[in-house]
Amino acid sequence: MWDYTDKVLELFYDPKNQGVIEDNGEPGVKVATGEVGSIACGDALRLHIKVQVESDQIVDARFQTFGCTSAIASSSALTEMVKGLTLDEALKVSNKDIADYLGGLPEAKMHCSVMGQEALEAAIYNYRGIPRAAHDDDDEGALVCTCFGVSENKVRRVVIENNLTTAEQVTNYIKAGGGCGSCLAKIDDIIKDVKEKNAVTNLNTKGVNLTKEIANSGQKRPLTNVQKIALIQKVLDEEVRPVLIADGGDVELYDVDGDIVKVVLQGACGSCSSSTATLKIAIEARLRDRINPSLVVEAV
Amino acid sequence: MSVIYLDNNATTKVDPAVVEAIMPYLTEFYGNPSSMHTFGGQLGKAVRTAREQVAALLGADESEIVFTSCGTEGDNAAIRAALLAQPEKRHIITTQVEHPAVLNVCKQLETQGYTVTYLSVNRHGQLDLDELEASLTGNTALVTIMYANNETGTIFPIEEIGKRVKERGAIFHVDAVQAVGKIPLNMKTSTIDMLTMSGHKIHAPKGIGALYVRRGVRFRPLLIGGHQERGRRAGTENVPGIVGLGKAAELERLHIETAIKRETRLRDRLEQSLLAKIPDCEVNGDITQRLPNTTNIGFKYIEGEAILLLLNKYGICASSGSACTSGSLEPSHVLRAMGLPYTTLHGSIRFSLCRYTTEAQIDRVIEVMPEIVERLRALSPFKNDEAGWLQAQEQTLAHR
Repeated sequence: MWDYTDKVLELFYDPKNQGVIEDNGEPGVKVATGEVGSIACGDALRLHIKVQVESDQIVDARFQTFGCTSAIASSSALTEMVKGLTLDEALKVSNKDIADYLGGLPEAKMHCSVMGQEALEAAIYNYRGIPRAAHDDDDEGALVCTCFGVSENKVRRVVIENNLTTAEQVTNYIKAGGGCGSCLAKIDDIIKDVKEKNAVTNLNTKGVNLTKEIANSGQKRPLTNVQKIALIQKVLDEEVRPVLIADGGDVELYDVDGDIVKVVLQGACGSCSSSTATLKIAIEARLRDRINPSLVVEAV
Repeated sequence: MSVIYLDNNATTKVDPAVVEAIMPYLTEFYGNPSSMHTFGGQLGKAVRTAREQVAALLGADESEIVFTSCGTEGDNAAIRAALLAQPEKRHIITTQVEHPAVLNVCKQLETQGYTVTYLSVNRHGQLDLDELEASLTGNTALVTIMYANNETGTIFPIEEIGKRVKERGAIFHVDAVQAVGKIPLNMKTSTIDMLTMSGHKIHAPKGIGALYVRRGVRFRPLLIGGHQERGRRAGTENVPGIVGLGKAAELERLHIETAIKRETRLRDRLEQSLLAKIPDCEVNGDITQRLPNTTNIGFKYIEGEAILLLLNKYGICASSGSACTSGSLEPSHVLRAMGLPYTTLHGSIRFSLCRYTTEAQIDRVIEVMPEIVERLRALSPFKNDEAGWLQAQEQTLAHR
């Protein structure tokens, strides 16, 4: 028997927020749904969120889960966690946050928390009208694990986000490699590649601590154009580019005109059908959060 | 809360009479049967008695019984022995639904130059004997097939299989870990060359088993060392375990006829009541050729581990073929080989009874199971499938 925490068992035996949210055409709110997993894989989650349009805030969340104890508990935890958050805040909820809320999950069950995080993303992208499959590139790129249909990009993403170091961990988080096992060597290669790229990125961003100093000085008086450009460049280098590079893309700062930040999307990002979402969520939201809420990012 | 133990295909309670038989050999009679002094030598008599008891259960001769540590050792020893005895032959036949103690040995042997045929099963878990016939060649060293499946209880037509195997001159090994003590066996009239059994499936302790080796079958030991077990299995005898296995075998022989009738009746009542009370469920396996103590039921749209944990809350122990109950991420290889739909596969539960199972225990399961299924189905996005999600997935799977 798995060693579940009391919180996991509590939410399994007495799940909160199970069920569906019907879209009754209530004024000022919209209902969106995110679906991940499949009957074939043995785990599936349909998450329903009710969003107050004006505030962009999740006012209710419910779930339907086909899965084991930890899948049900993770889904229930997720609905509790996201209520009251704005969509931008909710997008920052990671699978680790879900696992932490539960007091931890057995390593082999971490994929249940990943499923929760993915369902949340799917629901928010559906709400925003962004096709998820196109957005996060998870379903693009070479298929690594044919047993569970996991792409290389998805493996890269989970390795980066959770700082995974072994193929076994990847299996625990997203099931890849958990079937016939023939892709385990390929997963090892991807982990190695991510590590190497991280090492390069770390070298390039040495001294980036200056970012904080510039930002702090900005609190005392308005940023000069030079400071703003330097700060945007630093945030791009430090926080945005590593994620895009891991997915086979990149971004280059082209110009800054007042609050308009012009960038050039490169590599996979340049040709991606969901580049708008990349601009708005991966880049603009990050720059607004770090520098100035009035920044607008445009591709040239 | 008292435990309702319906997981007897996993392991069984040690019979109190078996415990009583073992105790002196854990305390007073601790000598080594190979010793020359009387203190140790007297244990040889206890081992001989146990050998007679096990042989009697199998309808075999005492000289044909080799004590082992478990079913896995028995399976490994039989397979290796058969291959070592016929080094010129490089082909093995087994089935897709064997226990890992056979399947994983076969997979390893494939890396060592052997060719293995894994016979398929149909929707009811039965073999196609024509497929077996077509697979047998002059190069086939060994056919290793289980007597009864541990997950579904499906019994294979072992004597019919054995007849065909012997016609082609291969050695026939049968993993009978789940069959011994549950259905009558008689090696004297059988085509089986080697047969594996395990103690803890028949109310003996864990850590003891036996391998039947028909007289005349060439045998090369897996464990090499001293001359115990007439050189067929080295290692100081587990005397308490052997004594316990002997006593358990004697008790099984004594109870087998009444146990078959009683367990069949209780199993059928459990099964029929659940099918009647719970919609969308079905029995997995061959319902006519089946162990009397086993039922495997697939509850659609829900997942096995969640069912087990809710059963556990009522003190009910059962088992599931779901991936989430094992270290693996793949559901039961047996149920998959049978081609069960995914809607059933993940929510399959095995209830396995024994001679201690009571009417009241079965009633309790019948009482709580509908509520458990209903509760989990209320959570499931696939139950009513209003959004057509399941339907879309099934269409995708059908095109794969």
